[in-house]
Amino acid sequence: MKIYTAKIDTASALKVVADDMILTTACPTAAGSKMLDGYMSLFESEALTRLKNAGFELCGKTDVGEFAIDLLGETSYNGACTDGEKILNPTAEAVKANEAAIALTLDVNGSVRRAAAQNDLVSIKPTYGTVSRYGTIPVACSGETVSLLASSAGVLKEALDIIAGHDDKDGTSLSEELCASLKKDAPTSPVKRVAYFANMFEGVSECIAQKANAFCEILKKNGIEVVEVEESVIAASRVAWNILMSAELCNNVSRYDGVKYGYRTQNFTNLDELYTNTRTEAFGELLKTAILFGSETLSTDNYFKVYDKALRTRRIIVEAFAKIFESFDAVLMPACSKTEYTTQDIEANKYLAFEENLYTAPASITGLPAVVTGGVQLVGKAFSEKALLDAAEIYEKESK
Amino acid sequence: MRYETVIGLEVHVELATKSKIFCSCSAHSYGSEPNEHVCPACCGMPGMLPVVNKRVVDYGMKAGLMLNCDINRTTTFDKKSYYYPDLPAAYQTTQWFAPVAVNGLVEIETSKGKKNIRIKQIHMEEDAGKLVHDIMEDTTHVDFNRTSVPLIEIVSQPDLSSAEEVEAYLDRLKNLLRYAKVAECEMAHGTMRCDVNLSVRPEGSDKLGVRTEMKNMNSIEAIKRAIDYETARHIDAIENGTEVLVQETRRWDDIKGKSYAMRTKETAGDYRYFPDPNVMPVIIDDDWYEGIKATLPEFPEVKRAKYINEYGLSEYDADRIAQSIALCECFEDACAVSKSAKDAANWMISDVMKTLNNKQMTYDMLTLNGKKLGELILLVTGNKVSRANGKKILVAMFDDETVNPEQYAEENDLILSDNTDLVKKVVGEVIASDPKSVADYKSGKEKALMALFGKCMKELKGNCDPQTLRNILTEEVNKA
Ligand SMILES: [Zn+2]
Repeated sequence: MKIYTAKIDTASALKVVADDMILTTACPTAAGSKMLDGYMSLFESEALTRLKNAGFELCGKTDVGEFAIDLLGETSYNGACTDGEKILNPTAEAVKANEAAIALTLDVNGSVRRAAAQNDLVSIKPTYGTVSRYGTIPVACSGETVSLLASSAGVLKEALDIIAGHDDKDGTSLSEELCASLKKDAPTSPVKRVAYFANMFEGVSECIAQKANAFCEILKKNGIEVVEVEESVIAASRVAWNILMSAELCNNVSRYDGVKYGYRTQNFTNLDELYTNTRTEAFGELLKTAILFGSETLSTDNYFKVYDKALRTRRIIVEAFAKIFESFDAVLMPACSKTEYTTQDIEANKYLAFEENLYTAPASITGLPAVVTGGVQLVGKAFSEKALLDAAEIYEKESK
Repeated sequence: MRYETVIGLEVHVELATKSKIFCSCSAHSYGSEPNEHVCPACCGMPGMLPVVNKRVVDYGMKAGLMLNCDINRTTTFDKKSYYYPDLPAAYQTTQWFAPVAVNGLVEIETSKGKKNIRIKQIHMEEDAGKLVHDIMEDTTHVDFNRTSVPLIEIVSQPDLSSAEEVEAYLDRLKNLLRYAKVAECEMAHGTMRCDVNLSVRPEGSDKLGVRTEMKNMNSIEAIKRAIDYETARHIDAIENGTEVLVQETRRWDDIKGKSYAMRTKETAGDYRYFPDPNVMPVIIDDDWYEGIKATLPEFPEVKRAKYINEYGLSEYDADRIAQSIALCECFEDACAVSKSAKDAANWMISDVMKTLNNKQMTYDMLTLNGKKLGELILLVTGNKVSRANGKKILVAMFDDETVNPEQYAEENDLILSDNTDLVKKVVGEVIASDPKSVADYKSGKEKALMALFGKCMKELKGNCDPQTLRNILTEEVNKA
C-alpha cells in the first residue's frame, strides 16, 4: 500500500501533487506499471511547468492504477491502496490530508472523478484541448484530459487560470482565444437551467441518490432551475468509450517493448521472446485485457464493425449533448454508482472499471468539461468551466 | 505462348525538408554520428505529441500536383502498428484513409513511344530508424537518426509492363520531383526506394496472375535485373510447373541475382490502422492550395519547347539545360540580363556544366546566381573582359557566391585595356626583342606571328581584346 511514489521536501505554501501519469523530471514516472518502474522522463508536463512558473512547488507524486484505466488506482503494481476492504484513491488521500492545495492528474477513465465524488472533494476535467497534454503518459489520447482535484472550487479556478491555454507542443491544443474563456477574468454566463439525467440515476446507491437530491435542492434554492430529462442515447458512451480507449491504449502501450527503456525480461533468446516475455511479465491483468480487446477492435475484420461504429457513436453523443444544451446550461449525472468500492467488488467483477465508467465516459468521449462536487457530476457546454465551478461554489457555501 | 508482365510500383521518396515530420530534429543525417539527430519525440518516448511540419504537407502537395494528382483538401494521418526495434513507438504515422494526393498520371517515353502510367495515390508518412548489426560484438544497435524523416509513398496502378518502362517511370518521377525541389531521389543515398509488385499473364488476358512483391533493390540496374529474373521465374512456374507461385514478399539479392521469399504477405489487418487522434486533420484551404500551385515550376518539356521556340536554342542544347531545374533557373536569369540566349547557353554548357562535372557535383547542386552570370556575359560580349579571363571570373564566382563579376575584374586587373597606345608600345617592344620571329613571319611562316601575339598578350596580362591586338600586331610587323 502506497499513497506516494515519490515525496519531495518543500517549504512552499503553494504545493501541488501530481499523479503518476504526469511526467516529471524531479522523480520517476511509472504510470502504475512495473513496465515503467523507475522511468525518468527527459522532460516535464506542460501543465506542471505552468504551475511551477506561477509559484507552485511539486511536493510529490501519487500512485495510479496501471495506465489509469481502473476504478481508483487499485491495479498499481505497488498494490491497491486500502483501508480495510475499502479501496482508496492515493491522489484523493493526499488532498484530503492537506498535503497539497491541488492535485494535477490525467483523467483517462474517470478515476479522479470517482475519487472526488467518494471523498467529498471537487474536481474539474476541462474541455478537451484547453490544457496541454504535453508531458502526460499517453493512453486514450482522443479523450483523456489533464484534470485538477482540490477540496474547494475556488482553488480549482485559480489553478485552471494558470494551466489553461494554447501550447504549440500539443497538436490538439486549442487556440489562445478559445482557451481564454477558462481564465479568471473572462466573462461567464451562469448556469441557470440544469438537466437532471433521471435514467442515469436509476442504478445508483441510495446514498448517491440522496446526495443528488441535496445538490438539486441547493441549486433550486439559488434560483437555478432543475428539470428531469429522460435521455437514452448518452448511455451508449460507455461501450463506445471502452472501444476507443482500449484501441488507443493498445497502440500507445505498444512502445513498451523492452528495447529502449523500462522493464526488460531476463528470459529471451530472440526478438519475439524479448517482446512477449517483457510484456507478459511487466503488464497487469486489467491492462492485458484492454490491450487484447483494443487489438481485436482494430483488426481488419472488426475495424468497420466495431471501431468505426464507436467513432460514429461518439458523433451521435456529441450531437445529443448539443441538443440538450440548446435548452440547458449543464447536465447533472452521477460520477459513480456508490460511495465506496471494496476489494470484494473487484473480486466479484474484475472489469468493474469498464462498467462504472458509464458515468464518466460521456464527458470523456465528447471532451466536454465536467465538475464533480457534492458527490455528483455536472457536465457543461464546452468552455463553461467557470460557470460549472461557480455552481460548485454555490453548493459549497450552502452545504456548510 | 507469349506472356506479358504486369508491374505496379511503390516508390518511397524522402522529402528534402530541413526538419523531421513531427519534431524539429534535422531530417538530414547523411554522414552523421548514429543518434545525432534525435529527441524524445522521434525516439517514441511517452508524453511527446506530434506537431505536423507544414513544409511536409507543402512538399506532399507539390509532389501530387507535379504528378497530376487531385489534392485531398482534408488530409488525415493514421497510425500503422507493428513491432520492430527500429520503430520506437511501435507505430508508424502514415496516411491510410485520406492521403494527400490521389488519381495522378505520369507520362513516360520508351523505345515503344509514349505511355501514361496512372498514380493511385501519394501518401505522406514517417520513416523508420536503422538497425546496425555489430558482427564483432554479436549485437544489434539501433540508430534513430532516420526515424520520422518525412517520406512520400507514390503508389502506381499496375500499368507498367517492362524493365524499360520501369526505368523510364522512375527517371520521370525523379525528374519531376527534383524540378519541384521536393526531393533528391537518389537511390544510392536511400532517398528513393522502390518496391516492385509483379505478376505474369498470357498476352491479351485480362486476368491478373499471382502477384509477388520484391524489396531491397538499391539501384535502377538492380531493379531491372530483379524484374527480368522474376518475370522468368513466373513464366517458368506457369509453363513448367517448377514451383507453385504464391502471393508473397521477396527479397532481391543482387549479388546472387536471385529473389528469395521473405514472408507470406499477411493481410493489412495486422497493421491495425486507425486515425491518429493526436494529429488533427490538415485542412488545405484555397489560399494554401493556390499558394503552392503558384510555386510549381514549368514541366521539363515545357521548358525544352520554350528554349527551342522562344530562345532559339538547338534541340541538343535545350535538352541539356532542361534536364535540371537549377540549370534552367540559372540559364533563364542569365538570359534576362545578357539578352543573348545563345551566349547564355554557350556559357551554361561549356563552362557552368563542365565546372559542375569537374567538381563532381550534380546539376541540381548549382547555386550560381544566374543574374551575375548574365553580367559576366555582358562584360565579355562588350569586350570589357576577355573570354579567357571571363572563365577565371566564373571560377571565382563558383568559389564565392558574393563575388560580383565587374568588381572582381577591376580588383584583379582583368578589365581589357582599350588603351591602344599601351598596346602599340608593348607590340613595339616585343617586335624589337624578337627579330627572328619577325624575319620568319616575313619569310612566310604564319606561325611566327602567333608566337609574337602570345608574347604581347602575356606582357598585357591578357587585358586586351584579341582582335585589336591582332590588328595592331599585323600592322606593326608589316611596318618593321
Ligand atoms: Zn526528433
